[in-house]
Amino acid sequence: MADDPYKTLGVARGASADAIKKAYRKLARQHHPDLNPGKPEAEAKFKAVSTAHDLLSDPERRARFDRGEIDADGQEQAPAGGYRRQAEEAQGARYGQAGNSGAFEDMFADIFESRRRADSAPRRGQDESYRLNVPFLDAVQGDTKQLTLPDGRVLSVKIPPGVVIGQVLRLRGQGGAGRNGAPAGDALIELDVADHKLFQRDGNDLRMELPVTLKEAVLGGPVVVPTPTGPLRVTLPAASDSGRTIRLRGKGVAAHGTRVAGDLFLTLRVVIGKPDAALEAFLRDWAPEDPEDPRAGMEASE
Amino acid sequence: MITLDILRTRFSALEVDDLQRWIGEGYVRPERAADDLLFEEIDVERVRLILELRDVMQVNEEALPVVLSLLDQLYELRRRLLRLGIEPNAAS
Repeated sequence: MADDPYKTLGVARGASADAIKKAYRKLARQHHPDLNPGKPEAEAKFKAVSTAHDLLSDPERRARFDRGEIDADGQEQAPAGGYRRQAEEAQGARYGQAGNSGAFEDMFADIFESRRRADSAPRRGQDESYRLNVPFLDAVQGDTKQLTLPDGRVLSVKIPPGVVIGQVLRLRGQGGAGRNGAPAGDALIELDVADHKLFQRDGNDLRMELPVTLKEAVLGGPVVVPTPTGPLRVTLPAASDSGRTIRLRGKGVAAHGTRVAGDLFLTLRVVIGKPDAALEAFLRDWAPEDPEDPRAGMEASE
Repeated sequence: MITLDILRTRFSALEVDDLQRWIGEGYVRPERAADDLLFEEIDVERVRLILELRDVMQVNEEALPVVLSLLDQLYELRRRLLRLGIEPNAAS
């Protein structure tokens, strides 16, 4: 682990940004590995100084370090000292003799000229990609979300009903700035839709398992069902068996444009519940009017 | 070996005007291939060193040839010593 960056730079904990920069420059001049060939300790020292400066020159990371949220190890930066390794090999001869000043200027002028022309030509901004987490019900109903970009801009993202995971919304002109009068790029927002503990998406329809009591299943009657738009009173028909499907028209994915709303399908599941003495006593003495074997015709072999 | 455009993406602080001047002065010595420049690894590291001298160590443009010339002489000597089989860092 790196040492305390304040100690490494030799500054007080309350040092100003300017004082930190000054201390860093002084130590960098002293220890830069390309200026100290053959001194590995200079390289180590320069690395430590750079790491300390990286950490303390970023106000956010410095504050986090001060609060103890991160340790003194910063992100490794591009290693300095690469020139020294090259210069000591045979290819170092490239820079051996005193510079033949001006010799290259005319030879390469056309290359630089064409680069400058390319730089000043209008160029459309880059498209930029982002991810946005969308709660399940917002994907079903549609919503408008605020997306804060790394540069601090806030985009208002209109999510149409019926979006699915992996779908990409394109916000025209909200990407990188164009150059020399060219239009900006687009913001591409990939959606990540969370699962829901009750509902499953099936295209524009939703599916849900609805537990019902034995009494509700046999006698039918009103039950209250949660739907994406709020609780809804639904009348069960009598003798609603386990596995029966009930369709609630228009309670699925909301209508959008020319597309009509989807449906919500309820699949009933009969829940017997805790043992009940009266029910057991009744069933023991109960003789069905029309006895039926629900397993009639069931055979394992084809 | 990399081209001018790749060099520019590698060093965001590098301006074309500066690079052209440094090449004109012979501080950086790429090769030409058709209508592009080719930079060997040593040239890339040379650019990195010059940028660090300027931006971190605040060696200004006037002092740059002095520093580079001293460094070139230092490395020339070290290469010569190594060729003669003398370890430059050994205690005398």
